[in-house]
Amino acid sequence: MNRLAPFEWIAAMRFMREGSAQTLLIILGVALGVGVIVFMSALVAGLQSNIIRRTLNYMAPIVVVPPEQVARPQRKDEKAQIAALVQPRSQQLRSIDQWQKVRAQIERLPGVIAATPVVSGPGFALRGDANKAVTITGVEVESYVRVIALADKIVAGRLSVATSDIVIGIELAKDLGANVGDKVRLTSPTGASETLSVTALFDFGNKGVNERNVYIGLRGAQNLMNLVGGVSSIEIKVEDPFAAETIAQAIQAETDLEADSWIKTNAQFFTAMAAQTLSNTLIRFFVGLTAALGIASVLVVSVVQKSKEIGILRAMGTSRAQVLRLFLLQGAAMGLVGSLFGSALGWAFLAVWRGAAKNPDGTPIFIIDVEPSLFVLAAAGATLVGTLAAVIPARRAAKLDPVVAIRG
Amino acid sequence: MAEIRPTDTLRLEGLRKSYGVGTSVETEVLHGIDLRVGRGEFAALIGPSGSGKTTLLNLIGLLDRPTGGRLFIEGRDTSGLREADLTRLRGGSIGFVFQYHYLLPAFTALENVMMPILAARGRPDDEMRHTAAELLDKVGLTPWRNNKATEISGGQQQRVAIARALAMKPALVLADEPSGNLDTKSADSVFDVLRAVNEASGTTFLIVTHDPRLAQRCDRIVELVDGRTVSDRANANVVRRSGAAFSESAGA
Repeated sequence: MNRLAPFEWIAAMRFMREGSAQTLLIILGVALGVGVIVFMSALVAGLQSNIIRRTLNYMAPIVVVPPEQVARPQRKDEKAQIAALVQPRSQQLRSIDQWQKVRAQIERLPGVIAATPVVSGPGFALRGDANKAVTITGVEVESYVRVIALADKIVAGRLSVATSDIVIGIELAKDLGANVGDKVRLTSPTGASETLSVTALFDFGNKGVNERNVYIGLRGAQNLMNLVGGVSSIEIKVEDPFAAETIAQAIQAETDLEADSWIKTNAQFFTAMAAQTLSNTLIRFFVGLTAALGIASVLVVSVVQKSKEIGILRAMGTSRAQVLRLFLLQGAAMGLVGSLFGSALGWAFLAVWRGAAKNPDGTPIFIIDVEPSLFVLAAAGATLVGTLAAVIPARRAAKLDPVVAIRG
Repeated sequence: MAEIRPTDTLRLEGLRKSYGVGTSVETEVLHGIDLRVGRGEFAALIGPSGSGKTTLLNLIGLLDRPTGGRLFIEGRDTSGLREADLTRLRGGSIGFVFQYHYLLPAFTALENVMMPILAARGRPDDEMRHTAAELLDKVGLTPWRNNKATEISGGQQQRVAIARALAMKPALVLADEPSGNLDTKSADSVFDVLRAVNEASGTTFLIVTHDPRLAQRCDRIVELVDGRTVSDRANANVVRRSGAAFSESAGA
């Protein structure tokens, strides 16, 4: 007998060891359940964070643009009928009014890491016979890299967007036959054009982005887009990507500008992710419920089998509360021990999965980061579930009438 | 009647017990029992089956509540006590020996004897281990003290149960057919142990038995018929010893 252990603990452990076959089976059951939960949680979390990481690679969580221009039908008086058909206005490229002030205002908001001005518009990149449609993005590089990790994506050359510098994607470089140091001519819809030299190539791991995006200096883009002194959008990085929509709404309320979060622009993706999360939660719930029912049924049987012993314990002065705790402890212990084995099992599943799910070149399809907190949560959750599962049997045991239990 | 000392270990005043109270099948099984058992008495409770012996014993043992009358344990009125207080009083003042030993099979003989003290104090310590070892020695089981409760004979198990009943140094030990499951030799040795404890420590015993031979070994015999005491007499010629020494029957 362990000197430090209280009476309930000693008795609970002995009772469990006595019914060792039952105990082992139920611990195995709990372990399998916890293993599946750990594996699935890590897998889904890895999958989602991977997709999010890839999306946010080249996309700012929040983009602030000027409000849309709307056509307003003119009416002489209130009685006049509203026009049946109003042709929507075509949207011209406009600047954000007083963008320096707006930017400073946004950067002061809680949860915002950085805000960077961007001039963005369509254009063509020409070199020799090649003529490619591109999205011209004029950036202020010092603040831009704090929003989009462009510097980390440079695969050749040195990131610089000073006057007459241009940074293009590896796909565009291939299409144009250009390399670092070569000249590329950019033209814009306004008719302006400029010859720039390639200082660096980037690779965002996304073909469309590598093909279409080109980065030049803010001033150069302002000239090309005929937007001198202005910016077409402000891109914002936030601490928690999932809070982007809330922050976007706050910005919208404060500035009267349109703030689009990546959550809104990728609504379909988020719906799919929410469905995935829901189904994962459902599976976890039912696996947990199954484990709980297993623990409960083992303990119910144990209470029936041991009713005489419980009766005698009560007769010799054991209180109802002690008997209650004795059985709650058994449930908790089964949950805890099961979850420890289950965590190991989940870890093993993940190792097998990592070994199997690989790209042809041997790199993992996606990286699964297992947070230690997942195991702590699984252990705490299983212990709680075990304790709750033991409530009904424990109450039955505590309520046993010693007279009936001993005689019966 | 045996000598009654200033404070009785047990005093019953018009104790009644009915089953099915409030229903059409309400039956009274004990019709007002008056009984005083003084400190250190060694009394037998006899009677035919169905006479209410076990019901009475359960009431005295605070395992069940009377429907009428009063019950005093060591002068303390138990009628107003709450469940938790009854449990504490039962644990501290009353020891039980049943027909069957009901030892916890997951524990050794020694640990089984420690169990009531452990339940009362919460954590094991050397003192309770020492107390349990002494009690096991008293019932002649020292060599078997580290055996699991299932690894000793029936007579030995019952003697462990007696040691367990004495663990909290109770004022009163209630025994319900303590030798009912044993062969004559083992039964005698169990009775010898009870008697020896009574003589050594002055513990009061109330023993339910249907065996007249064993009743003859008690100082006082109370007879119950149909829920009433029909006789209560001192036993003039008490058989003190069966002659079977502990050591001889230890292996029984």
